[in-house]
Amino acid sequence: MISALIIVFREVIEAGLIVGIVLAATTGVPGRGRAVLLGVIAGVLGACLVAAFAGEIANLFQGSGQELFNAAILFLAVVMLTWHNVWMASHGREMARELKAAGHQVKTGERTLTALSIVVGVAVLREGSEVVLFLYGIGAQGGTSAAAMVAGGGLGLAAGAVVSALMYFGLLTIPAGKLFQVTSGLITLLAAGMAAQAVIFLQNGGWLEFLTGTVWDTGWLIQDDSLTGRMLHTLIGYSQAPNGAQLVAYGATIAVILVLMRLVNAPRQKHGHA
Amino acid sequence: MVQADHSQLDLYLPREHEMKKLLLGFVLTVAAAIPPVWSDEPVTLHLKNHKFSPSVIKVKANKPSMITLYNDDDGADEFDSSSLKVERVVPGHDKANIRIRALAPGKYPFMGEFHSATAQGVVIAE
Repeated sequence: MISALIIVFREVIEAGLIVGIVLAATTGVPGRGRAVLLGVIAGVLGACLVAAFAGEIANLFQGSGQELFNAAILFLAVVMLTWHNVWMASHGREMARELKAAGHQVKTGERTLTALSIVVGVAVLREGSEVVLFLYGIGAQGGTSAAAMVAGGGLGLAAGAVVSALMYFGLLTIPAGKLFQVTSGLITLLAAGMAAQAVIFLQNGGWLEFLTGTVWDTGWLIQDDSLTGRMLHTLIGYSQAPNGAQLVAYGATIAVILVLMRLVNAPRQKHGHA
Repeated sequence: MVQADHSQLDLYLPREHEMKKLLLGFVLTVAAAIPPVWSDEPVTLHLKNHKFSPSVIKVKANKPSMITLYNDDDGADEFDSSSLKVERVVPGHDKANIRIRALAPGKYPFMGEFHSATAQGVVIAE
């Protein structure tokens, strides 16, 4: 029962932290509850599908299908997070101004909601497929232990949801003026961490062969396996012993997002002077 | 003024269909890339009754290696190692080829995440 609790808790937290950030980042956008819910539902259904076809997916591309699949959906999330941040950089101010003009912002808000809905779906799919496989294995074994495991899973789900909710309500205590700055910073780091993780999957699949040497090791401070390590891994892409390619992907993602955010803002200022 | 704003935004903000093209392009590029080439003989590892055998695997240091994991149990498990940076789900009665990067000499523990109480092992690079 304890092992079920721990595994489910761990996976729920990893997806839940992302959902918490997405909810905070879309404060004031109408229809966001529906978008997030759709993302979660699609993610759960996707997780069941991925779990059911785990063997088939793994056997694609000469046995590196699972790595390629994970890398692809992580890159999808990175693109969507980037899009959201760039969109917010160009529309955020107008949106805040027109928050009362109902109707208009529904139209403009929909686009970034779609992107974030996909991010939520991807997060739930990734973590959820492991939970499904784990619980399915328990169920397949049957016996009295199955009931205890399901109870443990339920407790893990509840505990993970509580931590995610704390994250969300914690973010909401940030004054409205600063909230979008904070969430766009968090989303940038989230995207960078996902890009770095995608690089690991590509390396494990044999698609990337360069810069694989460990650059530094902070295992003495925070272990990857600890709860802190796992939460930091989800939030900012913490890795106790990152390799070169991981760091390049991390830095490049941050750079691209910041440059794009600046670009969508800059032209208008020039026009203002002209 | 407003007109100018929109044209600028159109330049920099990808639209939904452009996004789809971008993603499709990415997937096709990766799929068309040269398939991975495995080096050296893979090490065979079995998982039965949620225990690894052998539970100690020796590989050459500073050379990439590969483990072929046979999951002889009914349920799936995840070969998980933060020090090896590997997370790989293996369904029941299935096998998986797990790539291990070139390792500095040392010990790298791994576990079957779904049954970590018993499924423990270590890769030793020397």
